[in-house]
Order: sequence, then C-alpha cells, then structure tokens
Amino acid sequence: MAALKPSRRIQYLFTVNPAAILQLGFWVALSIATMTLDHRYRLLNGLRDVLATAAYPAHYLARLPTEAKGWLNENLAGRGALLEENARLRENQLFLSVQLQKLTALEAENRRLRSLLESAVNKPERVLVAEMLAVDFDLYRHRILLNRGRQHGVYVGQPALDTNGVAGQIVQAEPLTSTAIFITDINHGLPIEISRTGVRTLALGTGNFQELKLPHIPNNGDVKVGDVLVTSGLGGRFPRGYPVGAVTKVEFDPGSPFASITAKPFARLDRIREVMLLEREAPADIEGATAVAPPGARAR
Amino acid sequence: MTDEARAGGWIIALSFLVAFVMGGLPLSGGLERFRPDWVAMVLIYWSMALPHRIGVGAGWLVGLLMDVGRGGLLGQHALAFAVVAYLTCQTYRRIRVAPPWHQAFSVLVFLLVEQVLVFWISGVIGYPPRDWWYLAPALGGMACWPLLFVVLRDVHRHFEIG
Repeated sequence: MAALKPSRRIQYLFTVNPAAILQLGFWVALSIATMTLDHRYRLLNGLRDVLATAAYPAHYLARLPTEAKGWLNENLAGRGALLEENARLRENQLFLSVQLQKLTALEAENRRLRSLLESAVNKPERVLVAEMLAVDFDLYRHRILLNRGRQHGVYVGQPALDTNGVAGQIVQAEPLTSTAIFITDINHGLPIEISRTGVRTLALGTGNFQELKLPHIPNNGDVKVGDVLVTSGLGGRFPRGYPVGAVTKVEFDPGSPFASITAKPFARLDRIREVMLLEREAPADIEGATAVAPPGARAR
Repeated sequence: MTDEARAGGWIIALSFLVAFVMGGLPLSGGLERFRPDWVAMVLIYWSMALPHRIGVGAGWLVGLLMDVGRGGLLGQHALAFAVVAYLTCQTYRRIRVAPPWHQAFSVLVFLLVEQVLVFWISGVIGYPPRDWWYLAPALGGMACWPLLFVVLRDVHRHFEIG
C-alpha cells in the first residue's frame, strides 16, 4: 500500500464493495422473514428450542458471579450475624406456623361450606420454584428467562408468583428454559377484583415496575387509596384470590368517563430472583393443605 | 483455511461468548442504563480487524443467537447486527488507522444505528420505547471502546488470528 500514490491511497480508503449491499439485502430479507414467521405464526419454535438449549450453558456462566457472591456471603458471614439471622428466622417460623394452624382450620371449613353449596372446590395448587437466568435486554419489555422449561412441566400461560404477590405468567416454554412476562409489561392485562368491594376490572401494565393502571373504573366507582387488588380468576389463567397490589392513587377527572387509578404491585418485580410457578392441577394423592406445605407444617 | 485460522475461529467464538455473559451480569443502579452492548462491540472489532472472515453473515448469525439468548423476537438483533457488520466492513479501512479514542466516535454511530433498529422493531411489535434513555447504551459503548479495543487487539495478536 505504501507504493500507492496519495490519490490512490485515498481511493483505497473509500473503496466500496458493491457486492456487499446485495449480501446485506439477503440477510435483511432473511431477518424480516424470521421475524414475521416468529411473531405472526410462531412457526420457529423448533428452531428456538434447539438454539435455546445451545445457549443454556452461557446463561449459567452469566449467573456464576452472582452465585459466587451469595456463596461468599454465606460462608464468610460472622457467627454473630448467623445467630441473629437464625433467631429471626425461628421467630418468623413460629409466627407462620401459628398462622398456618388458623389457615388449615379455615380452609377445612371453607371446603365444607363449599361442598354444602355444591360449588366447585378450589383445588389446592402445587408450586414449582424457578430461578431467573436473565432479564430481557431492553428495559421496556418486562420479561425474564427462567431456568425451568417444558422438561420440568412448565407450560405457556402458567401463573408466576413471588413471595408477596402475583408476578406474571409464562409466555414461552422451551425444553430447559422458559420466558415469563411480568404484570407490569405494557402488553399485559390482568383480570382482578378489588377485594373490599368485589368490583371486577383489569389491571394493565405500564412499563414501570412499580405501577399498574386500572383504566376501566367509572368516575363514580367505589375505589379508595389502599384498596387491595386480588386476582379474579376470570380469563382462566390465574386462580382466584391471589394478592396483586394496592391502589396508590385515585383521581377523578370530571371531563372523562373513567377515573384515573394506579396501583403498586406487591411483587417486587425489579429485584426478583426466583418465582413460584403454580401448577394447574394437583395430583389426586395430594390432599388439602399439605399440597403447599411450608416447612412449618411438617414440624408437628 | 489453515489450522491456525480455524483455531482463531474458536477464540473469536469465545470472545463473543464472554461478551454475551458480560451482557447478563448484574450492574448496580444507574450504570445499568449505560450498559454497553458488548456483543455488538465485539462484532464491530472483529469485522473491522478481519472483514474477510467476520462479515454480514457472521453478524447475522451472532444476532440470531443473541435473540435466542435474550428471549426476544427471532431476527431482531440479527437484522441490526447484519447492518452493523455491513457498515463496519464498508468503512474499516478508514476507521482502523485511527487511534482508539477516535474510533470510538465511529463506534458510537454504529451502536446508535443498532439501537435504533432494535427499538424500531420493538416498536413495531408493540413495545415502543418510552423515553430517550434507550440510546444510553450506545454512549456507554463509546466510553468503553478504547478499553475493549486494546484488550481484543492483544488477544488478536497473541493468538495470531488471521
């Protein structure tokens, strides 16, 4: 190149490969084809399965630093801190097991009453704990990748909870992994009812982890700040009665037919590490409260 | 291709894997918004250094794997990465001779193109970005480019990838 004259050198710098644009055109067309097939017709799930399984080790690698940090914290925590934590947990466990006794009695009573009324009994649900592998790259889609897939019994539409409330549902299930969408995703709507009044409505995601909106409540609706929202069970995806969030703001605008109501989800979606997936039906051999047996129940 | 060149291929694949893993690492608070798209930057490096090997097709494939890895629409990053690889392959002669901090500006432009494409497609399928923060990763990428360049150049020279 050193032998070239200055003008040739400049020319060399600005050389354009005309065949490249054709090549680009081909790959762009192929991307558009895959996106259309994937989005409109869901035809590429087989390909996705294969590639997702191949990408599985990479996700585990990405989780290593976090796990190492957790491991170090556990192993290097001082004796005092451990004792303190132990005492706190013991107290917490005692509290929960007392509550559970009450709950077992209530549940039995509830079932008896329901059978008297001959209404459908709420089937006890079993849960599957899934850990988060990755968050969606773009900040506006509230989706996470979980380390449980079809092999573990995960199916599309399965409800996901965190320890405080409803978190979301599964939208894609690959053999070893699955993708969950949060209730705060702007494309998610959750059928809920206000537990104080029984008013049924939809809670829509806003793209903000701390906010849901309830756009379909009329201006004369009975809603107050602090009202608790629970799943209504309509739509057939979420079982009835799981806590969703609490109303944080109610504004009545006389100019519009609907009130502007926002709520804050109970689930801490921005710092979630693991979710519990509810299983559709409990196998027949599992009875009543033992189905969701917390450690406290086994102690007695 | 000779044996050394094929060995180089493993190093290139490994660099993409490391970039992918770095993209999934937890970051604290405010930095999260500026998290550079490491995979795109590694792609820019290799298609600048070895345009005859890492071109539009390779960019597309990396993008497709990225879509699967992140659970997005299949083809979204593939398209954006193919365009980024195309831009790099067309301009590598001009960029390669500049010092790294100078290259960072070109990288910024490529990353902006990538972000706009990815978010434009997100918008088409119903997830329009809500504010201008979605362009922040490109700035983070520009800031990190000199570092990434130096590291990858050393890797490149050490393993004599041709």
